[in-house]
Amino acid sequence: MTIVDTKIKHGDASDGLLGGRLARIDGPAKITGAADYAMEHSPEGMVYAVIIDSTIASGRVVAIDTSAAEAYPGVLLVLTPDNALPIKTATDWTGAPPPEVPYEPLAREITFAGQHIAAVIAETFEQATAAAALVKVTYEESAPISSFDDPRSGEAFPIDMMTKEWGDADAALAIAPVRIEQEYKTPREYNVPIEPHGLIAHWEGDMLTLWEPSQWIDGMSRTYAEWFSIPFENVRMLSPYIGGGFGSKALPTRYGAVAAIAAKMLDRPVKLAITRPQTFTAFGGRPATRQTIALGATREGKLLSIVHRSANETSMDDVAIEPLGSVTSIMYAVPNFSSRQNIVPVNTVKPGALRAPGENPSAFGIECAIDELAYEVGIDPLDIRLLNYAEEDPHAKKPWSTRRLREAYAAGAEAFGWAKRSPSVRSMREGKQLIGYGVAAGTYPVRRTPGEAMVRILSNGTIEVASSGIDMGQGTYTILAQTAAEAIGVPVETVVVKLGDSSLPRAPVAGGSQLANLMTGAVHVAALAARDELIGLAINDQNSPFRDLQANTLTIEGGQMSSPRDAGSSVAIAEVMRRTGRDRIEALRNTLPENLRNKDDHFRNFTTISTMLSPTEGDYSMHSWCVHFVEVRVDVDFGTVRVSRMVSALDSGRLYNPKLAESQWKGGIIMGIGQALLEEGLVDQRNGHVMNNNLGDYLVPTNADIPDLKVISVGIPDTNASILGGKAVGELAIVGVAPAIANAVYHATGIRVRDLPITLEKLI
Amino acid sequence: MRDFSYLRASSVDEALSAASMPATMLLAGGTTLLDLAKCGVNAPERVVDITHLKGLDAIRVDAKGAFIGALAKMSRVAADPAILAEFPAVSEALWQAASAQIRNMATIGGNLLQRTRCAYFRDPASFPACNKRVPGSGCSAMEGVNRGHAVLGTSDACIATYPGDLAAALVAFDAVVHLGERKVPIDDFFLLPGTTPHKEHAMHPGEMITAITIPASAAARHSTYLKVRDRQSYEFAAASAAVGIEFEADHETIRDIRIGLGGVATKPWRARTVEDALRGKVLEPDTIKSASRLAVEGAIAHGGNHYKIELAPRVVERAILKSGALA
Repeated sequence: MTIVDTKIKHGDASDGLLGGRLARIDGPAKITGAADYAMEHSPEGMVYAVIIDSTIASGRVVAIDTSAAEAYPGVLLVLTPDNALPIKTATDWTGAPPPEVPYEPLAREITFAGQHIAAVIAETFEQATAAAALVKVTYEESAPISSFDDPRSGEAFPIDMMTKEWGDADAALAIAPVRIEQEYKTPREYNVPIEPHGLIAHWEGDMLTLWEPSQWIDGMSRTYAEWFSIPFENVRMLSPYIGGGFGSKALPTRYGAVAAIAAKMLDRPVKLAITRPQTFTAFGGRPATRQTIALGATREGKLLSIVHRSANETSMDDVAIEPLGSVTSIMYAVPNFSSRQNIVPVNTVKPGALRAPGENPSAFGIECAIDELAYEVGIDPLDIRLLNYAEEDPHAKKPWSTRRLREAYAAGAEAFGWAKRSPSVRSMREGKQLIGYGVAAGTYPVRRTPGEAMVRILSNGTIEVASSGIDMGQGTYTILAQTAAEAIGVPVETVVVKLGDSSLPRAPVAGGSQLANLMTGAVHVAALAARDELIGLAINDQNSPFRDLQANTLTIEGGQMSSPRDAGSSVAIAEVMRRTGRDRIEALRNTLPENLRNKDDHFRNFTTISTMLSPTEGDYSMHSWCVHFVEVRVDVDFGTVRVSRMVSALDSGRLYNPKLAESQWKGGIIMGIGQALLEEGLVDQRNGHVMNNNLGDYLVPTNADIPDLKVISVGIPDTNASILGGKAVGELAIVGVAPAIANAVYHATGIRVRDLPITLEKLI
Repeated sequence: MRDFSYLRASSVDEALSAASMPATMLLAGGTTLLDLAKCGVNAPERVVDITHLKGLDAIRVDAKGAFIGALAKMSRVAADPAILAEFPAVSEALWQAASAQIRNMATIGGNLLQRTRCAYFRDPASFPACNKRVPGSGCSAMEGVNRGHAVLGTSDACIATYPGDLAAALVAFDAVVHLGERKVPIDDFFLLPGTTPHKEHAMHPGEMITAITIPASAAARHSTYLKVRDRQSYEFAAASAAVGIEFEADHETIRDIRIGLGGVATKPWRARTVEDALRGKVLEPDTIKSASRLAVEGAIAHGGNHYKIELAPRVVERAILKSGALA
């Protein structure tokens, strides 16, 4: 599909049209506290639930003594597996039909520390908290396996679908003139969004209302409906604003089921907010990963073979795959390649999605390894990347839709001053500070799911855009207003965007960096349809001011309609609506292909990921690309690493709003700095507890840790990738940050740290 | 959270008499009390609010030294021009502690009494064993996650680190803790864990900190606080050092040197062996380096915190160099 020429004159870049640097339209509400987050509602009669978690990591609950808690003032219910209202297992997010077994959100068999085993519901939060402390749990405990470093974790499970192979990687490696092989590790990392997870569940008859921060209103609503065997339409979920998710608010949770069960049993609205420590165990973060990478190359640094073996932790009872070969297999042109992946069950909560799952740790491995190869053969780390540049997708053997990585290398190197780098390690210094330059690339795929949107033109000239899609800070409200404003030809101020409500038109998951592209596409199509109808009305209606002009078409600009036949006379949209007696024009459109437009497929499209297209579906391989140039300063005595300068050049295709895209990129880069230097779940190996389960001890960057970040857009519109030419933004920029920093630390110190984070004790 | 009774004290005497009742805690800035109440470590039956007491937040500096009222906020003390001029290490230690929000809430008295960040101490529900919480119950940290734990002043019962920055500076400059009329040198105020890690300081029931005083000295005037950590702000010290130096008239012979350590010991740590090795010596790099090594004499690591034995002397060495350049 090509960009539809809407015959609208583009104004100044700072205006509200698509591509303009409009500030977030939800910003003032957030700054002033007027933005009402889901969990801030308090329906009449609301009561409070507090979850009780297992203190052991492996074993079973023998008995739960609830008598003292039940006797505590204000306590309404102590929920255990024995008295919980039974619910059904729901279809999972991939669309796999559920087994015919009950779904038990409270566990009897314990497979990780922090597993939900009971809940107390009371009139006040304080009463529920105090009573929860009185619940006595008796366990039968067995020795846990707390990490995949524990030898007892045993044989890992190979995941055949992750295998990617071409050529003869082992043979080519064996005869390669240059061979290097190393292991790279990343620890458990956690999403820790500032807005806590939780929900308010409220039943009215068999109608369930949920105020819950959600990255996927329709997917989660479907799960609640299936749990309680009620129609999908009976679930209303509201999530108007989300205070950060990073992948952790996309799927339904066990505590969500607990709250909805309690609300049903008590016939009262139930609020359940999990505590900060519970954000480390109520859902999973990024699993710990390890990768062994062997590179075979010519003496000039040309890759001959890559052999990649990897594993990630999963839970004892479920499969979580962090795709560790995702970047390894597409970043460089290599004639022989083998990547295989295992998963290792340990006593942990099932790992989840954390910003760029797969690509992030994958890039840490290959982008450090290629850097090691550059030193091994004695060429510049930037040159070795250009030497092995992949002109097409080496795995899918398809052309890239767009790959502006070469342009990114050039623009980034120029802006950073890469040429000033002294080649040898430990050769740049200022006083006690060792200075190092590092570079690494990153990539994130373009994921595509069809979208849907409603666009209304109201009688007063206001344009309304409606979708159950969500805004978790990435700017959905703003770019959809810009999209509608541009398509119809109105000032952006006249557009009102409604999001985050399951009563609005459907939207797929805000994950995989797909939402901006699919929603701008759907809004664009719906807005053009509404505009067409308005123009048709103005041409044909007998009361229209344009009736006598006998025009074939009309133009709309700045909210004013005019005819090419009489350019002098323009009429406001509201006036056209008034004269023609219409109170609204409404266009509900989706971008589903013909073969998916029946009711079942429509539902499946928005409530599962089964219709999501892979980046190589079709004629092209579609990805966003980036490169990060980093300067670090490492204290020669203390081993402390400070990122002192950073330039990133990124190709996300067309940017619908550069200001917001840059903000997303910078957010990802900041998160990447934290991943490189600070973030690590510290697990007590004796009992599987995450010991730093709070924001005082689980370190994320402060302002003081972040230098000025320069980001450069090198993208061009890619209309193969999306209707309006954008590619992935949100998850791209974190990818490659950690290896760029690790490479810079090596350049500064001569010490190669292959296990994140790069804390000071690894450098002294 | 457990119910408790609340009393807003209108005088020091009233606060003290209330505080002498069992299971009673004083509330000042609340940054430790509320935090530990949420963790289930503190469960007071009575909370006595002393935030409205008059006259306990004074900051006075004269030729004899500094007087700092117990209720003075960390941020106010840190920004006080006279403190900055006469006791720069004290100001720097406060600026580098906690976060802006905490510094605006927390008081000096409460700051001294802050509890350890040992994660086992802070999680009684999951880790019943903690000699600091329940004497004789054992220590979960010895063989656990102990990257932040102490290497100095430890015992078989406890390796929890004293977390504060301010006290490391105070111990270097012989500050005195005022418990009403009773005055206790700060080095005696804080206790080693020994076999009684639940006893952290020399206060008796019914006593409260009313002020601290810091005697003026040339060393304090030429002092600095160096804090090393992975994150640049809002993190406890991996190792820190408060150092002040006074030179003889020749400007190179050390007449007096004071060294307090943070982040590495079970209490605010005075590095007297390093001081003794340097007093009377000419300040030069090799001398400083070898003397700084003495800072970790007798240090014991427990796995995750071994790096502190290497790091601490380097921090001392750098802080001495920095302080020497100031003097």
